[in-house]
Amino acid sequence: MRLVLSRLASGLFVLWAVVTLCFLMFRLMPGDPTLNYIEPTMTEEQRQDMLRAFGLDRPLHEQYVLYLLNLVQGNLGQSFLHGRPVLELVLDAFPLTVVLTLSALVIAYVFGIIAGAWLAWNRGRASEAVAIPLVLATRAAPEFWLGMLMLAAFAFALGWFPSGGAATAGEDHSSLLARLTSADFLHHLVLPAATLAVYLQGLPLLLMRSTMLEVMQDEFVTMARMKGLSEWTIVMRHAARNALLPVATAFALGVGGSVGGNVVIETVFAWPGLGRMLVSAVQGADYPLAQGAFLLIAAVLVVMNIIADLLYAVLDPRVSHGRHG
Amino acid sequence: MAATAEALSVIASRPGGLRRVLRLATSDGFALAGTLIYLVLILVAIFADQIATHDPTQILFGARGRIARNLPISFDHLLGTTHGGRDIFSQLVMGSRSAVTIGLTAAFFVVLIGTLLGLVSGYFGGWIDAIVMRFADIVLGLPFLPFVIVLSALSRPGTVTIVFAVAVLLWPNTARVIRSQVLSLRERSYVEAARVTGCSTARIIFVHIAPGILPLSFTYGSIAVGWAILTEASASFLGFGDPRVISWGGMLQDAFSSQALSRGAWNWFVPPGLCIVLVVLAGFFISRGYEEILFPKLRD
Repeated sequence: MRLVLSRLASGLFVLWAVVTLCFLMFRLMPGDPTLNYIEPTMTEEQRQDMLRAFGLDRPLHEQYVLYLLNLVQGNLGQSFLHGRPVLELVLDAFPLTVVLTLSALVIAYVFGIIAGAWLAWNRGRASEAVAIPLVLATRAAPEFWLGMLMLAAFAFALGWFPSGGAATAGEDHSSLLARLTSADFLHHLVLPAATLAVYLQGLPLLLMRSTMLEVMQDEFVTMARMKGLSEWTIVMRHAARNALLPVATAFALGVGGSVGGNVVIETVFAWPGLGRMLVSAVQGADYPLAQGAFLLIAAVLVVMNIIADLLYAVLDPRVSHGRHG
Repeated sequence: MAATAEALSVIASRPGGLRRVLRLATSDGFALAGTLIYLVLILVAIFADQIATHDPTQILFGARGRIARNLPISFDHLLGTTHGGRDIFSQLVMGSRSAVTIGLTAAFFVVLIGTLLGLVSGYFGGWIDAIVMRFADIVLGLPFLPFVIVLSALSRPGTVTIVFAVAVLLWPNTARVIRSQVLSLRERSYVEAARVTGCSTARIIFVHIAPGILPLSFTYGSIAVGWAILTEASASFLGFGDPRVISWGGMLQDAFSSQALSRGAWNWFVPPGLCIVLVVLAGFFISRGYEEILFPKLRD
């Protein structure tokens, strides 16, 4: 319990630090910080209102307190480009990013765990010499380039899938759930999710392989062998089960990491998620929106880091609970 | 500074030092392949002017004064031409220069910061260690690419920003591993002996401990080269690169925005991507620490 609390506390500390860094980044950059927040086309009255609302007319430390207070209340300001509250926009885009990330992660981990176990099983054979460099190559390829190849092959040359977006123009759905489960949406989801999955599968695969190799040398595996269990039973019931722990932790970290890493995939496929929102906000100098999107992405990353930490500590009895730090 | 210089000369003169790094690079087939790729890359970057068949920035004109756009592969244009009428092969060759520059400078800073902080944090422990590791936690809480994008937008987009961002974001991985290595090295008897005979702290750290972690720094450096090149490619693709510099990421962005995909101009968008894969892969091959590359967190 004390361990859980200390992990939570350090996680909250990181979250606070990232939020503060975000404040400093957007306000302490060279040039007039108010220019970042105020549009040249605004009337003087609007400008003054805005300055007051964000406290930009006050000294920096007061601005910081105000920023934190606004943040706690979920007030992230107004987007210049869309003229709507940032929170609303960001929360609209968020489910799309989550669906993309989770579907890709699930495909990647199911494939990676099976293929990784298989490779551990086939250690030292020819298949390994081919598979390992191939897997590493998928990690070395820029995600957006994989996406471009997918688009060129399956969207343009073969015409099997749409070339971008998350819905065909004119499609209308009664609710978010209806939208996310419609055939049209899933059709749009295939290519970006597959691209992301190709990129992500390397990690669980290699992790599964190496932990399997470690576990296979443990005493309880030898014991199972001595009991005369079949190799298949040993691998599946004894080795694989214990090798899954680091993979589960990696999954939690993967959710946090790829919500931020989706930026390029979402741009290639014009997927209206959080990452693309960040890019277009930055390009359009829509700083409140950029800051809001950045904060949400960072928050997801930090929260998933905490969960992964806890998961690892709780699931693995070998982690010494007395250790600090 | 004097201590660093002394340490370097000691490492270089020590019989095992340089040879150990070399042995690491040639110990197996993977590492050898990786080293060869690096060698070719550096040679191409040095002799880029001689290898390129055209001026990569020049707009070429065909017969009757038309812009020579979207030409297929031929003897004149080994990889064809872009939509803007520029020679793709020459751009590819020139792109190696920015890859080498960005990869090496970013890796240098990652290794420098990571190794120094790892050494200091591991050797002294206590509150110094606590502070450094807290900073590492914070940095690991920053989403990588979004941070690069925001930084590029708020300062000046381009090479310097990207190198800075990569150095700032990647040092914790190196520092954590170096730190844990130092923790075990500092308990060794020869370090104890040095302490007893009255060696200065700087001398113990740089002369007795640093050589032991050098191969590890080298390993992390070769991964950082790849990460830096990937980051530059992604940033260029999103429009935050330096438009005056020819890079593989910039070429891909050019191809993407000029509808090369729908035209099926594979000769344009495949080669730069393959070059990136090869160079990044070379770093992975050299380091061989697969899990550490992919997930340093799980291994501390």
